[in-house]
Amino acid sequence: MSTTPAPYRSNLPAGGGGFLQLLHAEWTKFRTVRGWMVALVVAGLLVVLMAYLATFHHQNFVQAGPGSPVVVAHPFVPLGPSGEAVTDTFYFVHQSLQGNGSITVRLSSLTGLIEQSSGSGSLGQGHSQGSSSQTQARPGLVPWAKAGIIVKDSTRQGSAYAALMVTGAHGVRLQYDYTHDIAGPPAAVSTASARWLRLSRFGDVLSGSESTDGAHWTTVGSIRLAGLPQTVQAGLFVTSPPLVLSRVFASPSASSATAVFDQVSLAGNWPQNTWSGLRVGAGSVGAGTVTPTLGAGGFRQTGGTFAVTGSGDIAPAVGDVGYTPYESLQGVFVGLLVVIVLGALFITAEYRRGLIRSSFVASPRRGRVLAAKAVVLSAATFAVGLIAAAIALSLGDRLLRATGNYLYPVSALTELRVVLGTAALFALAAVLALALGAILRRGAGVVAAGIVLFVLPSVLGASYLPTSAEQWLLRLTPAAGYAIQQSLVRYPQVSYAYTAANGYFPLAPWAGFAVLCAYGALALGLAFMLLRRRDA
Amino acid sequence: MRPALHCEWTKLRTVAGPSWLLLATVVLTVVLSAFAATSARYAQAGPGLDLTRLSLTGIYLGQAIVAILGVVSISSEYAFGVISITLAAVPGRWTVLAAKAVVVGGLALAAGTVAVLGSLLAGRLILPGHGFTVAHGYALLSLAHGPTLRAVAGSVLYLGLIALLSLGVATAVRSSAAAIGIVLGLLYLFPIIAAVVPDAHWQRHLQQIAPMTAGLAVQATVNVRNLPISPWGGLGMLAAWAAAAVLVGALLLKLRDV
Repeated sequence: MSTTPAPYRSNLPAGGGGFLQLLHAEWTKFRTVRGWMVALVVAGLLVVLMAYLATFHHQNFVQAGPGSPVVVAHPFVPLGPSGEAVTDTFYFVHQSLQGNGSITVRLSSLTGLIEQSSGSGSLGQGHSQGSSSQTQARPGLVPWAKAGIIVKDSTRQGSAYAALMVTGAHGVRLQYDYTHDIAGPPAAVSTASARWLRLSRFGDVLSGSESTDGAHWTTVGSIRLAGLPQTVQAGLFVTSPPLVLSRVFASPSASSATAVFDQVSLAGNWPQNTWSGLRVGAGSVGAGTVTPTLGAGGFRQTGGTFAVTGSGDIAPAVGDVGYTPYESLQGVFVGLLVVIVLGALFITAEYRRGLIRSSFVASPRRGRVLAAKAVVLSAATFAVGLIAAAIALSLGDRLLRATGNYLYPVSALTELRVVLGTAALFALAAVLALALGAILRRGAGVVAAGIVLFVLPSVLGASYLPTSAEQWLLRLTPAAGYAIQQSLVRYPQVSYAYTAANGYFPLAPWAGFAVLCAYGALALGLAFMLLRRRDA
Repeated sequence: MRPALHCEWTKLRTVAGPSWLLLATVVLTVVLSAFAATSARYAQAGPGLDLTRLSLTGIYLGQAIVAILGVVSISSEYAFGVISITLAAVPGRWTVLAAKAVVVGGLALAAGTVAVLGSLLAGRLILPGHGFTVAHGYALLSLAHGPTLRAVAGSVLYLGLIALLSLGVATAVRSSAAAIGIVLGLLYLFPIIAAVVPDAHWQRHLQQIAPMTAGLAVQATVNVRNLPISPWGGLGMLAAWAAAAVLVGALLLKLRDV
């Protein structure tokens, strides 16, 4: 007689229901699809490849003067008192001031010239080789043309200073040490309405005040310049930065300004008792100045009246002067695109093949399945993003340096933030795509939505979209997260095209990152809710 | 061919997805175009802005939806196994693909016409209020203006070609997620790479062959001489991409098992 065989029972111990087992299961699912592992590696390689594409071409040559050899180098960029890159080019009518003292002037006219753009501007670096003689100029004063009085550590570029000035369109300002800017009353200067300016030094404290009649004075501000030497250079200055148009691709036009000063009165110990003119930053002209300038500048003294012409800027350096880590990481989009496809497939493939039902049978708490997927996916993409960003950054730095480009001084902490932030961008993009996949379940819709949200704002920014529209997109969409890659500071007192293409984002780094995190959290929350409610 | 066409038309007509996609194409295109027009100011832009191009900005977004339509029209058949039934009913595989191309392309053209005309209308209504007036040298947007008509007609054709490109890619790779990734990568990444590459010579070449940059050259109405590629030439470049994708898809469809 036959006996019924006992049903098969596996000898393997029953698996635990813990989250670790779930993680292990999801990691196994992820690891064993060869295409996905390949895609992950490809995403990393693409980032490195883009860093190479973005940086290997920039070859910068500098000639110290006619006849001297052409070398691979960048123009001299002075560093300010706190180590930041600055622009320090202006015309300075100065003499020494020993100890405490003050200077008072009347500014009776401020006019300017702006270089006529000759149609198509060069898209390359904004370096002008001195100022060419055939440039055409039209009358016009740029908004941040500056004329006034200055007390400066020395005539060396980048030395500490405090300056009280009238600007083209931003009224009276007290600026010091390049990055600081205190607004005074809004005022334009003309022969009909002159401005009196007074800057006085008392120890380390400099105070500026202004007046419309020379009798009633208003204080603009008092600031402290620590470590100012006993003898400083003080006097009149004029400078005028290039005109920046809001169009992204318009190259800036150099400008110059001319100011007429009279009723110059000095208090304190001025031992030289004679004025000398100096074009600060002139030494670097032969090597190409970083700020395009117009004309050589100069001053004419007739009796007690000084007409001073200058061009350049006294301000923190921005933009075209050099490169930042962002330059090497611009290609992160390309990697993100792959990561988005990966994140979407990690869940939609289960829906398509019906595997999701097996997953939920094995682990009926659906939220935990999604959490395990999110953890595995974000860990894998973060790791790849971290390695890729670190390699891309060091490769880009090395290539840029080898081709004689200037790299902005960036603190190690900022660099760490940029690298970790890029890795986090990878992880968040993947998790967002995963959550969208759980919500929509269809691969095509998810991938399209992910790509549109992450990549389209940047594409539009590089197209014909007005800058303000681009800025709103970079505030409101997940693309706000790219702000974490910004390593430069935006200065309201410097005109520049602060666009994403130039490495400036409308939100502060962590604020932009928070917007992206909020999108990720929102999508995950919605996905959790729908997973529990819907049939699989 | 006619039964195949009728069959494809019935398949697309009787599920909810395609009609939502077509609606989304129109709405998203017009909304983004209106947003672009709303954020433009004469005071910032100055003279010489390409208003036609600006008011057709929405096509950058609308094409993504058209691409989804093109992709799912075939990849959903692979996903649910309907493709074997389709090919059993119509054994001529090229006939199936041609019928799909006609139906999907036609739908994209129809939705594109509404979307593009709506965008232009939005621009016409919004822009004069932002300083783009005749006094500042900007004429009212109108189809009677030759280059604007070219931009409008070209944009509609552009969307039709995008649908064919997506159909071809999806036929070749079968997976919808991978297909849409490839299509949108082709469209969006070229201009970004072109912007990143610093060499002007290479930039120009990349812009000449990039399906989106070249194809959208047809939208230009200002400074047409300085474009990397001529308006119709650019659309021709996109047509070449679409033709290549459909050809590869057709060959694979013919040579492969389902």
